[in-house]
Amino acid sequence: MARTRRKRPNGQTIPAPEKITVSLTVNGVPRELAVAPWVTLLDALRERLGLTGPKKGCDHGQCGACTVLVDGRRIVSCMTFAVMQDGAKVTTVEGLARDGTLHPLQQAFIDHDAFQCGACTSGQLCSAAGLIAEGRAKTVEEIRELMSGNLCRCGAYPNIVAAIQQAMERERS
Amino acid sequence: MINFQYSRAADLADAVRQIAGEPTAKFIAGGTNLIDLMKEDVERPSRLIDISRLPLRQIEETGDGGLRIGALVPNSDLAYHPLIERRYPLLASAILAGASAQLRNMASTGGNLLQRTRCYYFYDTATPCNKRTPGSGCAARNGVNRIHAILGTSDACIATHPSDMCVALAALEARVHVAGPSGGRTLEFADLHRLPCDTPERDTNLGADEIITAVELPARGFAAHYTYLKIRDRLSYAFALVSVAAALELEHDTIKEARLALGGVAHKPWRDVSAEAAMRGEPANRATFARAADAILRDAKGFAHNAFKIELARRAILRALSQAAAGTPQSQSVKKIR
Repeated sequence: MARTRRKRPNGQTIPAPEKITVSLTVNGVPRELAVAPWVTLLDALRERLGLTGPKKGCDHGQCGACTVLVDGRRIVSCMTFAVMQDGAKVTTVEGLARDGTLHPLQQAFIDHDAFQCGACTSGQLCSAAGLIAEGRAKTVEEIRELMSGNLCRCGAYPNIVAAIQQAMERERS
Repeated sequence: MINFQYSRAADLADAVRQIAGEPTAKFIAGGTNLIDLMKEDVERPSRLIDISRLPLRQIEETGDGGLRIGALVPNSDLAYHPLIERRYPLLASAILAGASAQLRNMASTGGNLLQRTRCYYFYDTATPCNKRTPGSGCAARNGVNRIHAILGTSDACIATHPSDMCVALAALEARVHVAGPSGGRTLEFADLHRLPCDTPERDTNLGADEIITAVELPARGFAAHYTYLKIRDRLSYAFALVSVAAALELEHDTIKEARLALGGVAHKPWRDVSAEAAMRGEPANRATFARAADAILRDAKGFAHNAFKIELARRAILRALSQAAAGTPQSQSVKKIR
């Protein structure tokens, strides 16, 4: 890190911090890694654990492409540090399928052609999994509102909403 | 990302001790605003003190019929809590009008109060900003200021407070409990945030070594007549140009009690007790609401690109008070404004 000796406004110099050991259960597999405090959960997943499903779209919590589930709740993994998630259970898009069978949301996205370029899709899928677990969205308007943290610049929203509706109905039946 | 040290607070006393010993450190809870500001090089803490594991996640009833909300209750848990939905739907509605589902899952109650302005000049370290670098000047006054304040501005700063939740908390007369090295104290919500004056670098009246522990709601929840109406450039996931928290208590058609607070227009949630007093004892009709709007916007002043907010706020206030009086609060999912 070239910037580790950069001075603060008051002239104070920060010594390079010790790496911190973090234990995560990622997609059901216990993982342990030593990270500097500034490593985001997103960077830890992508760069250290090789899980490139979560995408670094904006890196500012605005696009939702990095959405993962932490202890079952959807969050944007770019806006939290890995050290803060020590002990957490993390599910990325790679962990949605079970025994070679696509998650109902993944199948619904294929059925409805709910993507074009695919850059937002892994975030959309994890976010939709969180949405269904929350159980708050019943109508199309509620799905749209509660999925508004996931941007799709191709504009595949109508098909994304339809796919989520299909998966929600399967869940209920 | 800048270099910083990381430690966890073992308990509240340890959190206060750690920050008192290192004034350039910052607490981190949800992180949704602070981490963004660190990536932008706006915030440069020497250390992050992680308070996210402290036991401040309870929502408890108080002896006088109110609720005490732990500072670490996530925004989504607060908005969907049965007691909040039933007794303080104005607060639930305001929270759900803000951010996205993911961010609400992360962001804490205390952190929402302490989030910083989204003024683009505050974020852009290449431009002067008195809030970021005291004494450097304000690029917004003569810059692109469409999103900026129309009330309570100063020569030094015309930034707005970005929170939706805080607008409801101001209207509900919440109180803020804090802990510090010399013990605890309680602030009225109106006394938490500051106007910019000539010290815009200070958003709140909290000391650097103080920590918010809880937000307390009084018994009065205005569950029958309320609305949170948010006007923004997109239908979802955007900060308010103008937002209105309106709450009424009616006896037949006469206003017994009224609350009115605005978001997106000032350096703090803007509440004006004279506008509320102008409604008390009056009929709940458009003429009364217009007088209240005139009162709260009496000193409004626009800049080159945001003068539209004055008329927008006036109309939003009329609409919001009408929604509240009719008992038809604005839906946060069906966006049509009725």
